[in-house]
Amino acid sequence: MTDGFTIGRLNEYQVIGRLLPTEANPTPKLYRMRIFAPNSVVAKSRFWYFLSQLRKIKKSNGEIVSLNVISEKRPLKVKNFGIWLRYNSRSGTHNMYKEFREMSRTEAVEALYQDMAARHRARFDSVHILKVVEITDAETIRRPYIKQLLGKNLKFPLPHRSANPGKKLYAYSRPSTFA
Amino acid sequence: MADIDVKLASWKLVEVGRLVLIRRGPYAGKLAAIVEIVDHRRVLVDGPSGEEKKIVPRHVLPLAHATLTPFTIPQLPRAAGTGPVKKLWAKNEIDGKWANSSFSKKTERADRRKNLTDFERFKVLRLRKQARYEVQKSFAKVRAATKA
Repeated sequence: MTDGFTIGRLNEYQVIGRLLPTEANPTPKLYRMRIFAPNSVVAKSRFWYFLSQLRKIKKSNGEIVSLNVISEKRPLKVKNFGIWLRYNSRSGTHNMYKEFREMSRTEAVEALYQDMAARHRARFDSVHILKVVEITDAETIRRPYIKQLLGKNLKFPLPHRSANPGKKLYAYSRPSTFA
Repeated sequence: MADIDVKLASWKLVEVGRLVLIRRGPYAGKLAAIVEIVDHRRVLVDGPSGEEKKIVPRHVLPLAHATLTPFTIPQLPRAAGTGPVKKLWAKNEIDGKWANSSFSKKTERADRRKNLTDFERFKVLRLRKQARYEVQKSFAKVRAATKA
């Protein structure tokens, strides 16, 4: 099982597993999941975690049939993604829907984890990704922070920039911020 | 009342077709065109320059790593592929325009100066002295003329 994963970043895995075959049931039902994880070990672990919540199957009485990386079809196209998720906060469980503008599904999910960590202090294991969908129809975008980027002739200036920020503590001339 | 002439500041805009200079990362110092705006901090750029060395592959560039240039490719369609971008790049003579800009001339000269050999540096010294001598000679002539 080779997985061309990149360190520190998420990958999308397709994990297929089933109950161990027995004499009574030689061909148990297969279960397939698309899981976002930093590597195949975590992907398999999350698969068993989710599957044991949904069906009466554990890692001890089941097996992974196949595991492979799903790569983005068009990684050079800017896309809008809608993500449905469920997360455990300190006081309860919440469902959420968020939108992201990224190049790939994995990048959208990475941005989601950053966002959840920043806004809600939610860790990786307290976030369940339910569904990741590419939104092709701009009309159905719900969130204003994505809507504002879809205007026909979008343009904006970059006012007040410093050319080489954080170079030195003291300077002998005021920095030019106009470039 | 005095007439106050208020002029609108002419900002360089982040827009599709704007050419940016990449300041950091593997393509630092190269020119690329904005093909699509991802969000307020990142843009998708593509730099299919005519010269092999100056090609920037299509990628997402943080605007913090870019400087906007006064050049644009007008009417570049949004999310145009590398092929059409290359065509319009050549049609608008972007490579030539950029080579003629004062910024690229300055950096080119600085680069050349940096890579001079010891003997070449000596030649620069001599040539600058000669030029200075000529300037001072003509200046002295003018000074003598005004005195008389």
